[in-house]
Amino acid sequence: MVSSVFRLAAGLLAVAGAFAGTAQAQTSVKIGYAISRTGPNAGGAAVSTIPNYELWVKEVNAAGGLKLGDKRVPIEVVQYDDRSSAEEAARALERLISQDKVDFILPPWGTGLNLAVGPILNKAGYPHLAATAVTDRAPELAKRWPNSFWLLGTSADASKTLVELLTKLRTEGKIGDTVAMASIADGFGIDLSGAARPALTAAKFKLVYDKTYPIGTQDLGPIVNEAKALNPDVFIAFSYPPDTIGITEQARIAGFNPKVFYTGVGTAFPLFRQKFGANAEGVMGIGGWSGDTAAIKDYLARHKAASANGAEPDRWASAVTYASLQMLQQAIERVGKIDREAVIKDLQTGTFDTVIGKIKLENNMPTKYWWVGQWQGGEFYGVGPAANEGARSAVVPKPAWQAQ
Amino acid sequence: MTHAVLTGLMLGGMYALIAMGLTLQYGVARIMNLSYGEFLIAAAFASYWLFTGWALSPLLGLTLVIPASFGVSFVLYRVLLTPLVRRARTRDALEVESILATFGMMFIVQGIMLALFGGAYYSYSFLAIPVQLLGESLALNRLMAFGLAVVIGLALYLALTRTRIGTAIRAVAVDPSAAQLVAINVAQTSALAFALGGALVATAGVLISMFLTFSASSGVVFTMKALIIVVMGGVGNLLGCLVAGLLLGLSEALVATFVDPGLTLAVNFALFLTVLLVKPAGLFGKAQR
Repeated sequence: MVSSVFRLAAGLLAVAGAFAGTAQAQTSVKIGYAISRTGPNAGGAAVSTIPNYELWVKEVNAAGGLKLGDKRVPIEVVQYDDRSSAEEAARALERLISQDKVDFILPPWGTGLNLAVGPILNKAGYPHLAATAVTDRAPELAKRWPNSFWLLGTSADASKTLVELLTKLRTEGKIGDTVAMASIADGFGIDLSGAARPALTAAKFKLVYDKTYPIGTQDLGPIVNEAKALNPDVFIAFSYPPDTIGITEQARIAGFNPKVFYTGVGTAFPLFRQKFGANAEGVMGIGGWSGDTAAIKDYLARHKAASANGAEPDRWASAVTYASLQMLQQAIERVGKIDREAVIKDLQTGTFDTVIGKIKLENNMPTKYWWVGQWQGGEFYGVGPAANEGARSAVVPKPAWQAQ
Repeated sequence: MTHAVLTGLMLGGMYALIAMGLTLQYGVARIMNLSYGEFLIAAAFASYWLFTGWALSPLLGLTLVIPASFGVSFVLYRVLLTPLVRRARTRDALEVESILATFGMMFIVQGIMLALFGGAYYSYSFLAIPVQLLGESLALNRLMAFGLAVVIGLALYLALTRTRIGTAIRAVAVDPSAAQLVAINVAQTSALAFALGGALVATAGVLISMFLTFSASSGVVFTMKALIIVVMGGVGNLLGCLVAGLLLGLSEALVATFVDPGLTLAVNFALFLTVLLVKPAGLFGKAQR
């Protein structure tokens, strides 16, 4: 008896709660995210992700909010620090889902954390727009979790595109066929070098140096010096931001100036240009964007104006991250209500107008990416794949290092 | 070979420089400072700020950063750590409590830096010009950091062995209770050693910021490195610090050049383990009874 009364009361409460829920959903759209504000991922998140989340929310709310049906509903943000830890990210997301009851969730920064939160977002049925994750398992994950979208592609693709570009340069007679490669012994570096090795061999390049170094290596002088002694045509470093800066600095000091000088994550950061100035010229790296399009120029200006210290976006994942938010917005507005399933459906099938051009996903992944960029005249332009619209031709050989 | 040895020496000098402050703080004041790396990064940020905002060269910046960090560390010891020192019955108890307290301090310092500078990477160029030494080109900023590490190490070593206050500091490092018996003000001396350690770590931070890319979260790497070197060299022993630092730097550069850069960490830890197995108190440490 008592229990049936209790159950009735509970049922009534639940109904009341549901009503309250709908009433709330009409006054604001709750968007939640857990992002690495501290810990080893903070450096990446602070450049590529956080400024874009903030910029997007600010812009949407300045316009009155997301357009649901015929009215605009402002975004309300709930956010946590995942402290760069997978457990913390998972916990924060559970909390966003079950306690804060957010309408949509924006993903964390980086491959590792996106993989970690994938199952949670899938189980709860939230769209997962991974804009800062590069993994070879992306096609497989997109199949397993139809709610997940892998916008930055696979590392195999990254290495393949680089090798294609090198092959083209060799055919044009601009470079020979010796390659020195160094890579960081951590997730991304292992993936990229693992894909590059067979691709280089298949393209008949001679890999004269192929070494890995541990994360946190503070002096990359020995690597640069070894590579220099072998006098390769191409130097490739699949590196992380601090070592990207370190290797470039060492190469400049040692006067190591191969025809193609390619570094990894961080080459596309505004920090790179700020640090090296004119010496950035000709350096290739992972990423790139169509820096000449009006959409990108406008995005760059808005990004600069919105950040407190006039910070610029990086020239790789930043624009993709912002584009992913535009996609989410367009999908929500086309659906016209908070219906996550319909939004996922729309993301899978719709066409989106974004800062990086028109996007239509195939199997939950874009059909084109920028994989190789090069600093040319103070801007990091996409040079590969060469078939991409707006691809610049690579400046090879790289100009000599200048005295600073 | 020449290049490997030279880079090894420079890297080792940098390691020694990083660790010298901790050996004073841990060896003499018995504060196992887990926020050590954060103070190093804070000094790096200070140098960055002075250089980019005020166009003040990091070398001139040192003249501001060193006294400031000495003062901050002194006050920290007096306000935050002295109560722990008073309360602790034994040195071991103090060690445990200082670990907890400085662990908390680590988050505070890191939080302040995150609030001021955000989480992004920072780097600037100063004296990043090649110089020729024995036919090899080396970065002037690294060479200078090495030179300063040696100068500071030697000066400190002489100060500790040749002056009265230095002798007092060493006495406290060896036995604080016995030091009291010969009229050494242990509290004062410990505070001085801690503040001196703070000034040293700030110096290291400023010098390192000239050539390493850093972010508000990268302090822990330096705490770990410093800890390894301090334990390896013998807690509280400056010469040990210098030798252990150079040993690690040299082995890293030689292994990276002649074996594989991927094995540098492994060799570092193998060396560390070997020293601990053969001489548990460190290279220059005195075995405790």
